[in-house]
Amino acid sequence: MTYLDHGATTPMLPEAIAAMSAVMAQPGNPSSVHSSGRQARRIVEENRELIAAAIGARPIEVIFTAGGTESDNLAIKGLYWAQNSKDKNRNRILASSIEHHAVLDTVIWMGEHEGANVEFLPVDKDGRVQPETLRKAFEKNPNDVALVSIMWANNEVGTVEPIKELAAITHEFGSIFHSDAVQAVGCLPVHFQESGADALTISGHKLGGPIGIGALILKRDIELTPILHGGGQERDVRSGTLPVALIAGFGAAVVTAVTQRVSRANRLTTLRKDLVKRILATISEAVFNGDPENRLPGNAHFSFTGCEGDALLMLLDAQGIECSTGSACSAGIPQPSHVLLAMGRDEATARGSLRFSFGTTSTPDDVDSVLQFLPAVVERAKRAGKPAVKI
Amino acid sequence: MTKRVVAAMSGGVDSSVAASRLVEQGYDVVGVHLALAKVKGHGGRKGCCTLDDARDARRVADRLGIPFYVWDVSEEFQKEVIENFVSEYSEGKTPNPCVRCNEKIKFAAVLTRSLALGFDAVATGHYAQIVESENGPLLYRAVDENKDQSYVLSVLNQEKLSHTILPLGDSKKPDIRAEAEARGLITAAKPDSHDICFIPDGDTAGFLHKKLGDVPGKIIDAQTGEEIGEHDGLFEFTVGQRKGLHLGVPRQDRAPRYVIEKDIKTNTVMVGLPTLLRVDVVTATNLIWCGPTPAAEFDCKAQVRAHSARLAAKTFHNDGNLTVEFIEPLQALAPGQTIALYDGERVIGSGTVVTTSRS
Repeated sequence: MTYLDHGATTPMLPEAIAAMSAVMAQPGNPSSVHSSGRQARRIVEENRELIAAAIGARPIEVIFTAGGTESDNLAIKGLYWAQNSKDKNRNRILASSIEHHAVLDTVIWMGEHEGANVEFLPVDKDGRVQPETLRKAFEKNPNDVALVSIMWANNEVGTVEPIKELAAITHEFGSIFHSDAVQAVGCLPVHFQESGADALTISGHKLGGPIGIGALILKRDIELTPILHGGGQERDVRSGTLPVALIAGFGAAVVTAVTQRVSRANRLTTLRKDLVKRILATISEAVFNGDPENRLPGNAHFSFTGCEGDALLMLLDAQGIECSTGSACSAGIPQPSHVLLAMGRDEATARGSLRFSFGTTSTPDDVDSVLQFLPAVVERAKRAGKPAVKI
Repeated sequence: MTKRVVAAMSGGVDSSVAASRLVEQGYDVVGVHLALAKVKGHGGRKGCCTLDDARDARRVADRLGIPFYVWDVSEEFQKEVIENFVSEYSEGKTPNPCVRCNEKIKFAAVLTRSLALGFDAVATGHYAQIVESENGPLLYRAVDENKDQSYVLSVLNQEKLSHTILPLGDSKKPDIRAEAEARGLITAAKPDSHDICFIPDGDTAGFLHKKLGDVPGKIIDAQTGEEIGEHDGLFEFTVGQRKGLHLGVPRQDRAPRYVIEKDIKTNTVMVGLPTLLRVDVVTATNLIWCGPTPAAEFDCKAQVRAHSARLAAKTFHNDGNLTVEFIEPLQALAPGQTIALYDGERVIGSGTVVTTSRS
């Protein structure tokens, strides 16, 4: 089995499994005041501190959630409502046109149901939001933007966004900056305070932790309207009993991923560059997508002219190679990638794409496996895409 | 080498058992659910297919331990089946969308794609049998006469038949349900589908009315020429229909009247006594032979609806044109319908009806 879909989810790190296993048998609700509760709370708080330290935030800025999607929803809805209730003029949301659906669909929903004035910022051919683009969007009306949401690195094509500059421009105009950094932590240097972002989404299972846990990193002085009401956990911003074992696994994974980041990033960069070079050298239909250098180290993204992405996926799956096309709807029908369309690719190209994403368990053998099967797979998918034989 | 097969899995009990049997018989099976229509899901904006059926199919595939994919053929289906259905009706014809889907989608677009992707065959849960002979594969009626679907498969030529597997042709429907139950398939108790899949509420007239709008015209007594009513569109009527005519003027003898003919040129519906529905001679085009091309003139039995009787007929064909002279009397047939020809249990071929007449 060749698993090259770490962008979808990562295998759990041994450190995370050990941390969770150690905690799972232990009783106690972290909100209880008795001894069991105190022990549980201690585990939660220690891991909050570890996570905060690993990403350059203060412990109180870490709000645990059920994952990336919840954090994105909380940030966009909560920040918009808080901003808009303070100043009714602030009703515009700016987001890049290549956001993950967790941001994209939330923003669209805010437009359709909450009267937000939604504006998606165009990207260049590599999928980057140029700082000037954001500035121009602000200059149209400098005082009406409730928040800006631009991802740290794109989950499909891997391009890294100029977060520091974008956050600085946002602050020039007195607005709030959120970034979905789900793909970035553990792969790129992510320092919350230095980035200038006001809110940051992170997730456990994209960096070797368990599925079902994430966090919104939120500056202490930023107001946010909660979307889950109840027991008032997490600064009253996110109610719900804290999942102690998940938090322990999350903490261990973040610490491990961030501590080993440089050596792993170097290793993954070598694997990725080797894969890209060899695919481009052997498959004439291959078009490389995204910024060649300034990208997620383990992400290699291609379009294969004349092929359908789902045919490529199926044929590779049959050879034991697991990767992804990018986006799929709930029933599994591949849609043309909105990211590639935003980067100016035509619909056919946007349908015929594949993402290989390397991670901790990847080896040079994985690259060899891809090269062993991919040329024939592309050849076959191309024939199926434009059937020559009609019967 | 092990045969690689795409099992088309609709999410119903038949295709579930068909796929199970293939796995058991040692084929290398991949389950494929065809997303035929873009239907709005509960989520609103992004709903893109029949999620429940896709889920059921996926759960059966999980159970069988086979890969499973959803293929989006909704564009082809929209163009080749739905739009064709509407335009045929707008021309006064009576198309069969299931026949059309088999001819243009399942055993065309899907089969072609499967072969191009390196598969050897497509399998479905249809009730009919393919028998190998020295003259190539031949199509036969199913063992279960109640469920037989050879009529809707009568558009498969031998090239297609040679890449098709029908694992249920030798079985009776109740046994298939029992088998699904015994295999623990979640689709075992799912009701059969009867309606046209893109008109789930069964209101074909309403569907066509939405697409084609009001096209009001007259209802005329075929014998007297007297105008006896009005209609909102020819597409709301089928030749042979009795109910729902809303005729203002009853016949003096109170005998019920039927739709005899739809005249597209004058946009009128002709109604009259059932004796006028008799059809003696039918011409057809779009001939497809499910076996070797027959002699220019042959005796056969002809079937004009999915589950109607087969009637003795004399058949002539020449240069892609078919003439069928019925020996046993045929009641009610409209242009656009498929006429399937049988030699005993074997399907000889089919055509699309162009004209009908009484001698």
